[in-house]
Amino acid sequence: MTEKNPETPAAGAGRDPWSALSRYTSARIALGRTGGSVRTGSLLDFRLAHARARDAVMAAFDVAGLERELIQKGVATHPLATAAGDRRVYLVRPDLGRQLDGESRDRLLAAAGAWGRRDLAIIVSDGLAAQAAERHAAAVIVPLVEQLQSLGWTIFPVFIAPLARVKLQDEIGERLGARHTLMLLGERPGLGSPDSLGAYLTYRPGAARTDAERNCVSNIRPEGLPSAAAARKLAHLLLESARLGVSGIALKDTETAGEIGN
Amino acid sequence: MVAAVSKLMSNQDLILVAKKCRVVTAFRNTLGLPGRLAVRLQPNHPTDDPQGVAASIIDGLLYGCGDAVIGINPATDSVPAVETLLRLLDTVIRRYDIPTQSCVLAHVTTQLAALERGAPVDLVFQSVAGTEAANRSFGITLSLLGQAREAALALKRGTVGDNVMYFETGQGSALSANAHHGIDQQTLEVRAYAVARAFKPLLVNTVVGFIGPEYLYDGKQIIRAGLEDHCCGKLLGLPMGVDVCYTNHAEADQDDMDTLLTLLGVAGCNYIMGVPGADDIMLGYQSTSFHDSHYLRQVLGLKPAPEFEAWLEKMRIAAGGRHLLPVDSRHALLADIKQRSL
Repeated sequence: MTEKNPETPAAGAGRDPWSALSRYTSARIALGRTGGSVRTGSLLDFRLAHARARDAVMAAFDVAGLERELIQKGVATHPLATAAGDRRVYLVRPDLGRQLDGESRDRLLAAAGAWGRRDLAIIVSDGLAAQAAERHAAAVIVPLVEQLQSLGWTIFPVFIAPLARVKLQDEIGERLGARHTLMLLGERPGLGSPDSLGAYLTYRPGAARTDAERNCVSNIRPEGLPSAAAARKLAHLLLESARLGVSGIALKDTETAGEIGN
Repeated sequence: MVAAVSKLMSNQDLILVAKKCRVVTAFRNTLGLPGRLAVRLQPNHPTDDPQGVAASIIDGLLYGCGDAVIGINPATDSVPAVETLLRLLDTVIRRYDIPTQSCVLAHVTTQLAALERGAPVDLVFQSVAGTEAANRSFGITLSLLGQAREAALALKRGTVGDNVMYFETGQGSALSANAHHGIDQQTLEVRAYAVARAFKPLLVNTVVGFIGPEYLYDGKQIIRAGLEDHCCGKLLGLPMGVDVCYTNHAEADQDDMDTLLTLLGVAGCNYIMGVPGADDIMLGYQSTSFHDSHYLRQVLGLKPAPEFEAWLEKMRIAAGGRHLLPVDSRHALLADIKQRSL
């Protein structure tokens, strides 16, 4: 048996001859190797990307900027706050991000009478990536609201609620008597995706709703699912949900991957 | 009982006990044998683009990975998209005669719908948890899992065994769904293993750092939980692997993963994940890379599943199971792609 010492770098080590495949994916393929190990350049790239993603998690949410943008485009807003208080608490106490703080709750209930019951409440939060909400939320909401209103849907002002979790929509929807809620919030940032927005919709939201009763559209960003396509997809899902009277796993998305990408 | 004992054990106890438990399973290859470490090739893509997925599969295979399963987490839980990916995986596995299995990790009902439309399903996947309420939040019941297993068995696609199920778990999933009834994370995690065990799975892994700092705060907690989960799963007779991972909102980094990866290798873990460059561009978290698996196989003298080892040898990808060979652009896996331009 003449097995080589496996720690000796293989002949031909270095670059991989399939780097052309990188044009099909942003995955870290064809990194090359030294022996079997990752090369120093790739290691340093990875660490830089990790540091940037960490910064994206901690970045502050420009609520005023998003409000301005929506109002300019004719969409009214209403600010809310969760019980989480600050970002450190938000990260370790998911329960507090699922409920409104007392003052917000009172103000919401005070306004609810004037609004009356409506079909849809849209909620935006920074979640784990403020940049996602800042960059993409308005671009999803504006065409979506336009399309649904043209079909006769009544929609509450857009609620902007920093430091929220997905389930916050149940409390808001239940208190308002909204038929549907749609929550847009920043997803956990990946190394190459610091601004990915997620969308979760619920039919007849309420405290008893589970995640299996929501539909999710994820990875909304220019390199993933662009905002305009996301708006179309969400409109389709909301219309189907209203027609069938369900949301979640009972509402199957029958579009193919190709259609989504277009 | 198992959960309680694990909390009394030191890290070295968790490693020593796990090391003594071997759990062997089989479908198109044999997993969990002594001296072996398998890798799930995880070629995820943010839009499920078939060419993008294929590119990552080729990369992983040329790094000697993919014996546990080639398993894709789809970005969209849609039946046609899942069917497209299943057909892609089936084509790759058949064209190169690879002794491995495929899986598209959509919701079990989506996989069943694809199967009923004639899609080639090897393994049926589902995330499982340790309470009825948490499983309900996942949209599953035990009878649904039983039905899925029967449907996959009926296809008779395994060649050396008939373990057709793949489950993922993770501490904190019941708490996250507010379905924990005040019970601690590890007790419920072990109850999830009892759910998995009833369906004779090929693969079970905890996705240990995926859920975030709300449940496992930092690298130290993730490392401890990874060792606990692996040991408890093995004690319950599961073919236990671990997705050694963390998110960007946790206080952890890749050095913590190097540590946990090495400890699990010593503990005799059945398999780990292989993600290009450890960066999952669809799920937005960091796991272990193809290079990491090569490191672990080298440093501990571990080999891939025997059938897959023979395939790597035949394809001139690796010698002796763990020594990567130089690959040139005329290699079959690359030449074919050039001709077909994917």
